[in-house]
Amino acid sequence: MSDTVDYSKVVSRIGEKFGERVHSPEQPYGMLTLRTDRDTIIPLLQFLRDDEEMQFIFLTDICGVHYPDRAEKFEVVYHIHSLIHNLRVRLKVGLSGEPKIPTAVHVFKGANWMERETYDFYGIVFEGHPNLKRILNVDEMTIFPMRKEYPLEDNTRSDKNDAMFGRGMLPGQNN
Amino acid sequence: METQTAQPKIVAAPPGVEGPGYFATSFDRAIGMAKQYSIWPLPFATSCCGIEFMATMASNYDLARFGAERLSFSPRQADLLMVMGTIAKKMGPVLKQVYEQMAEPRWVIAVGACASSGGIFDTYSVLQGIDQIIPVDVYVPGCPPRPEQIIDGFMRIQDLVHNESIRRRNSPEYKALLESYGIK
Repeated sequence: MSDTVDYSKVVSRIGEKFGERVHSPEQPYGMLTLRTDRDTIIPLLQFLRDDEEMQFIFLTDICGVHYPDRAEKFEVVYHIHSLIHNLRVRLKVGLSGEPKIPTAVHVFKGANWMERETYDFYGIVFEGHPNLKRILNVDEMTIFPMRKEYPLEDNTRSDKNDAMFGRGMLPGQNN
Repeated sequence: METQTAQPKIVAAPPGVEGPGYFATSFDRAIGMAKQYSIWPLPFATSCCGIEFMATMASNYDLARFGAERLSFSPRQADLLMVMGTIAKKMGPVLKQVYEQMAEPRWVIAVGACASSGGIFDTYSVLQGIDQIIPVDVYVPGCPPRPEQIIDGFMRIQDLVHNESIRRRNSPEYKALLESYGIK
């Protein structure tokens, strides 16, 4: 996909319908990216899916992002694909306060597992999801491991010397 | 010119008392010798160490030379659990169940850095060594180890099978070990 992809029609159709609620169009690496809020995202997905001309009928992915230093600490990112036009759009929703957002399973059935994964790793709650529980990590896990406050390393280990893993102490320093 | 005929290599007799017309040894020794050359391994291969094991089994390195011709893909008939590869925490209970299904006497070999210690995967999702959930007899280092190293680890298992008491598995130490892992 190049920077020359013409999204003007998509942007104007969304603008007619949603006005200022869908904003900040960008085209990083040639892919249209729009920002919206948690109340608009589901009607927006529905509109893009059902619009007879655009037909964004395929939900490629839902994922989360954690920005601990921003006011909107969490972001949910949706990728949708119009198969007949081979057009992709990325939709970003910033979440301030409680990380909660309505579920998209009533628009795209495929959202079910994607939202479970996003919940599993970021603790973002998809309200109205039929079965919001962990999908990839062990059920006993008590943390949301992709949040930045949790270390990447296994926190149960007791027999590893940090120096052997190049962390925790300076070169040449002994325990 | 003399022709040389290949002599089959015969395993030496175990230590015992020998005289004209008789040979006496203990059951431990005789049974240990037999068991040592008839181990049925159960390969539990999850990643690249499993590929090395495939080479170990195949004709070039030929694990069958050591009496381990017959792989057991059911834990019920297996003697040796060979864990080869990264064990994710979610795989942990599965591995433990496979171990529990094996009949005594049973041995475990951890092949490669991941099975032994988590290896490079020092991360929230990976078990930091299978000895956190099941007892391990022999560790083979390497990432992945070469087939020669896996064979060497296998021979260390053979030493154990040969030399340990056939009643070791009834000993209080062994029972305490299993108890510490919560295995009955």
